[in-house]
Amino acid sequence: MKNIFSVLFLLLSVIASPLSHAEVLIDINRGVMKPTRIAIPTFHGASPLASDIVHVVAHDLESCGLFTLVDPKAYIQSFSSFEVKPRFEDWRLIHTQILVHGSVTQTGDRIEVSFKVYDIVSQQVLDQFALSGSATGWRQMAHMVSDTIYSRVTGEKPYFNSRIVYVAQSKRKRQFVRRLALMDFDGANHRYLTKGETLVTTPRFSPTEQEITYFSYIEAINSRGRRYTKGGRIYRFNLQTGAVDTVGSMSGISFAPRYAPDGRTLIFSIAHRGISSLYAFDLRTRTTRRLTRGNHIDTSPCYSPDGKKIVFNSDRGGSQQLYVMDPDGSNVQRISFGQGRFATPVWSPRGDWIAFTRLTRGEFYIGVMRPDGSGQRMVAKGYLVEGPTWGPNGRVIIFTRQERTGKTRLYCVDVTGHHEFPVLTPGDAVDAAWSPLIQ
Amino acid sequence: MRLRGSRYFGAALGCLALVACDSDEEQVTTAEDSAAYVATDEGGTAADFIAHAGDRVFFDLNKHTLSPEGIATLEKQVEWLTAHPDKEIVVEGHCDDRGTAEYNLALGERRAHQVVSFLVGKGIAESRIRGVSYGKDRPIEIPNADREEFWRQNRVAIAVIQ
Repeated sequence: MKNIFSVLFLLLSVIASPLSHAEVLIDINRGVMKPTRIAIPTFHGASPLASDIVHVVAHDLESCGLFTLVDPKAYIQSFSSFEVKPRFEDWRLIHTQILVHGSVTQTGDRIEVSFKVYDIVSQQVLDQFALSGSATGWRQMAHMVSDTIYSRVTGEKPYFNSRIVYVAQSKRKRQFVRRLALMDFDGANHRYLTKGETLVTTPRFSPTEQEITYFSYIEAINSRGRRYTKGGRIYRFNLQTGAVDTVGSMSGISFAPRYAPDGRTLIFSIAHRGISSLYAFDLRTRTTRRLTRGNHIDTSPCYSPDGKKIVFNSDRGGSQQLYVMDPDGSNVQRISFGQGRFATPVWSPRGDWIAFTRLTRGEFYIGVMRPDGSGQRMVAKGYLVEGPTWGPNGRVIIFTRQERTGKTRLYCVDVTGHHEFPVLTPGDAVDAAWSPLIQ
Repeated sequence: MRLRGSRYFGAALGCLALVACDSDEEQVTTAEDSAAYVATDEGGTAADFIAHAGDRVFFDLNKHTLSPEGIATLEKQVEWLTAHPDKEIVVEGHCDDRGTAEYNLALGERRAHQVVSFLVGKGIAESRIRGVSYGKDRPIEIPNADREEFWRQNRVAIAVIQ
């Protein structure tokens, strides 16, 4: 816990021109096929963290698919200090496009990371940055270095300094055991939040990323002292205190929870007497308001980032499709058209795309569409792929991929459908939710 | 439909094995660990329920309407439940994994409700029945499953709990 929240004490100072004025070297919206060649010599400094930080940064940048590392054995120039300027011709000779050169100084429990980003082609310093913070939060600082480089080069908001909550799945005596698990984006600082006594699904981060809401079955004991499952409901888990709270006391099964962008409301489904409708729960007044009615299944609700719309999944038209409505449940409009069933819509944090799961002709797809349903395209396909969640920058998606064998893993793919790579988890994983950027 | 029985009832376990096409002891232990449990008196046992009524109703993919076979099974269950008015049951709705988790939870609840409604419509007290949905969270493990076997996942299972 201490490690994770040490980042709160981390200070970021940026000595640079604003990103919006900077030249973009990689346009990720165009489906970049050829990665940019980047060289990151070990940062200067006596601290052992100097090489650890470079290792994390290199892993971050290479895993996202936009960068490929120049082999350090090919480096011609070795820097004797942080102040030494690069010999651009030496770096160009080994086909380097971006060079990152930095230093780490440690004073007691504090470290300072300084680095410069060079464009070898134009022979210019693109930017220089300095970060300082607690040494225990060095991984977060490394991710911030990655974020800074990513943003500077792509012109997009970053996503490396973030966390993932997901459901770790295993089997005991042929039944699923599901535990909530939390980790950094790169798989570090992994820990389990629940012990697996009950089946849990669909964890979601609050906007402050300090709280998680999820669905869990409810276990009961009969008169003979035996356990059985009598229903399911929504819970909230406070990541700072570990406290668990229930949401409302409704008849039926409440599930598919998600926070409003202001964090004050939860929206979810309640299944009761064969009907699943959408409800909103005010976290301050603890009152529940019904948003949809009718003899059908409405589920997987998700707010737009401005809070002015809700996208959801419904079979009201006869098959599973996506609909958009106002937050009070009015003005319902269907947005998905085309073959097959559509499910699990998730609005991107930038508001410009909705990611979804599509089932057609026995195949599963992860796709994106504009909020009006236009511009639909598929970004992943498989025997069973589902449950997209957006990265903090709204340009990358994590989803669940289940193989025919039953093995399940999380994968990351960009919005253009390129650069799919596995997200590291210790075992089988489903139902990921990606946190906002850690502040 | 599927019964989950306790270790005290060898006969019940035998039926479970038959119904689930899964006859080893591990499955039996799993049933004990995870779900509902039967009463002790002769004649009102879960085994008796399975033998005389059957504990599963199957559904077509993504559907919740009862088939003629399903209705025939439910008619027998009504007879059994009428003959054993002290018994309480859990009706579990299940779906196969060829769907998304949240929608399938809703679909499982709808299937369970369909069965509960049928039973209540035939005079079984609603207070004796609890409906739950497992969505696709409690699959029957079928190695090398084909489409026919996936269809078997689309079921409502009834367990006698008191």
